[in-house]
Amino acid sequence: MNKIVEKYKLSESVFKFIVEAPMIAKSRKPGNFVILRIGDRGERIPLTIVDSDTEKGTITLIVQNVGVSSSKFCQLEAGELITDLVGPLGKATHIYKAGTILALGGGVGIAPLYPIVEAFKKAGNRVITVLAARNKELLILENEMRQWSDEVIVMTDDGSSGRKGLVTEGAEEVIKREKVDECVAIGPAIMMKFCAQLTKKYEVPTQVSLNTIMVDGTGMCGACRVTVNGETKFTCIDGPEFNAHQVDFDEMLQRLRAYKSEEDQARNKK
Amino acid sequence: MTDHTEMLKQERNTPWRVELRNSVPGKDRIAIERVKMNEVEPLERIKSQTCEVNCGLTPEQALHEARRCMDCVNPTCIEGCPVSINIPKFVKQIEAGKFLDAAATLKEFSALPAVCGRVCPQEKQCELKCFYSEKMNKEPVAIGYLERFAADYERLSGKIQIPKVEERNGIKVAAIGSGPSSLSFAGDMIKLGYEVTVFEALHEIGGVLKYGIPEFRLPNSVVDVELENLKEMGVNFEKNFVVGRTASFDDLKELGYKAFFIGSGAGLPNFMNIPGENLNGVMSSNEYLTRVNLMYANQSDSDTPIMLGKRVAVVGGGNTAMDAVRTSKRLGAERSLIVYRRSREEMPARLEEVKHAEEEGIEFMNLANPVEYMPNAEGRVAKARFQRMKLGEPDASGRRKPVAIEGDIFDIDVDLVIVAIGVSPNPLIPACLPGLKISRWGTIEVNEETMQSSIPEIFAGGDIVRGGATVILAMGDGRKAAASMHRYLQEKQKK
Repeated sequence: MNKIVEKYKLSESVFKFIVEAPMIAKSRKPGNFVILRIGDRGERIPLTIVDSDTEKGTITLIVQNVGVSSSKFCQLEAGELITDLVGPLGKATHIYKAGTILALGGGVGIAPLYPIVEAFKKAGNRVITVLAARNKELLILENEMRQWSDEVIVMTDDGSSGRKGLVTEGAEEVIKREKVDECVAIGPAIMMKFCAQLTKKYEVPTQVSLNTIMVDGTGMCGACRVTVNGETKFTCIDGPEFNAHQVDFDEMLQRLRAYKSEEDQARNKK
Repeated sequence: MTDHTEMLKQERNTPWRVELRNSVPGKDRIAIERVKMNEVEPLERIKSQTCEVNCGLTPEQALHEARRCMDCVNPTCIEGCPVSINIPKFVKQIEAGKFLDAAATLKEFSALPAVCGRVCPQEKQCELKCFYSEKMNKEPVAIGYLERFAADYERLSGKIQIPKVEERNGIKVAAIGSGPSSLSFAGDMIKLGYEVTVFEALHEIGGVLKYGIPEFRLPNSVVDVELENLKEMGVNFEKNFVVGRTASFDDLKELGYKAFFIGSGAGLPNFMNIPGENLNGVMSSNEYLTRVNLMYANQSDSDTPIMLGKRVAVVGGGNTAMDAVRTSKRLGAERSLIVYRRSREEMPARLEEVKHAEEEGIEFMNLANPVEYMPNAEGRVAKARFQRMKLGEPDASGRRKPVAIEGDIFDIDVDLVIVAIGVSPNPLIPACLPGLKISRWGTIEVNEETMQSSIPEIFAGGDIVRGGATVILAMGDGRKAAASMHRYLQEKQKK
């Protein structure tokens, strides 16, 4: 059982939790995730660790209320307990001095992008960050990102914050303007697919962090399999980060819909 | 003559054994028919995932069956047991009506008798070596049924005997993973006086006994009692803890752990890498069984979804394939099919599982192998294409090798495919230990006598060493590792 120390509302449907987990706080690296479960019939849900405080022994998690399980988590308040929490899981991001990094974050995908931006900046890179959301209200972590970015470009679908347009438009502008050594894109699968297409065109090496369906998160079940460079990989232990230009995004999008009818039923029931 | 056989001989010559042996003439014993296990009717049992198929023996049946045992001078049955249970002793204790004594005998050798009585492939082990099988060409003594009887009798009597443990010696050791090998290791080490902690990555203790084997074969309540016993003896359990990740081996050494037993299992499911295998509706048996057994996804109060199938094909011929196909029947499939590339004779599953599956209406499609899966308009698997096989020359395993019959290909309508073709060692823990010697199959290399790895303070056993075996072999490894870790630590203390 892990205690929630603080809870913040970042937008109508996105919440930030500071959770007691001293050992994970100490051992986690950028790109790692945890699996957590709410209630004794709860589902195991993967969430990227956004930040940690080794002195206080806490980790930061950001979750969007999108389904039965995430809604149970979002209803918890500071002082309450998370039934099960395990981690850190997954391979850590390969952080090194590359030169200029282009970081692309979409929607709640901005949360897992945050520790990577921070780490690349600390490693001495120039970091340009493009944040995209449907509207101003749904845009998260803008100020935090500014702290670790040399430049932040905000794109919204309706122009309510920053400029009107898609993440790829902001990204293309940067790539045309200056030499980008590496790109990291995290967000909805469809966004990552289009980011990958764009950076492939300009031959910019690109990493994506995949948010596939998982059960155990330790390599045991294979629910998270993706095709990368024609080979089946397990996101939980081979990833979650992969070379964006080798990921079969169409298959991934299909697999994300695997339990759609079951999930719709569950939502209507509860 | 070794000490062990000498001890067996002495036990055999204790007055009560001699008297019991002479009380019934051998030919009368031989004339007794092997007992039939009481079972729930197939149509009744497939209504529930948790209804145990076998009901166990009544005391009368157990007494009757125990009488068949000849109490041989040379008890070959023991050679067939990976943990060398003194089989004639416990069987004769049953015949003498001392059921609790029989349970105590079992516990001297095995940390999980109620589990082994249910899931061991006895027909390939003790019962294969029974005098009746070897010399009489008759059905062997039902050693597995009797083991289960004694363990269940003790559990249900409420007089569970907690084995004696040595005084705590203050030396901390860790077991990684909480499946059969670790539990057996932990049971032996706690008896020897060590401070034992078992670390488990999942939110439940028990490993494959919980997430893998369904409740109709092994009820969780049976496993839980065995876990409670270990807790009573002083074993400490840490859930949600991935050794190497949550804390490193060095962190644990700093906390005082002197030696480690890795029993993390062969968690990684194998796939065939054929077209369509990543379609929705095609999954590993591990995923399917974990959703049902660990996450209760088939129950309405569970948040974990499950894909139900009307026409289910399970690829494989082992126990896990049987567990998956029988689960699909219980979850409402109209047609549940086993697809196996060899013939019935080569199936690695326990005979009893195959028999039960057949009674429950499972179809067996032998000598066939999937080559492709095809989707419907929504992208879910709708058809499976199979290649007809025939048996060729024996391969390295001694089994006849399946070869394709050129051009003999056919399709079957399916909406769920479960791949149960085996597992590979989980790389998660070995990857955290640079310097640990790993085989080219990804298993941890150990000295077979001592279960010690290339790093002296690290021992390993079960599927992470064997690559995919049985509960009882894993338990045997755990016992061996405990004995040699004890020697290793005692010698280290002296220095």
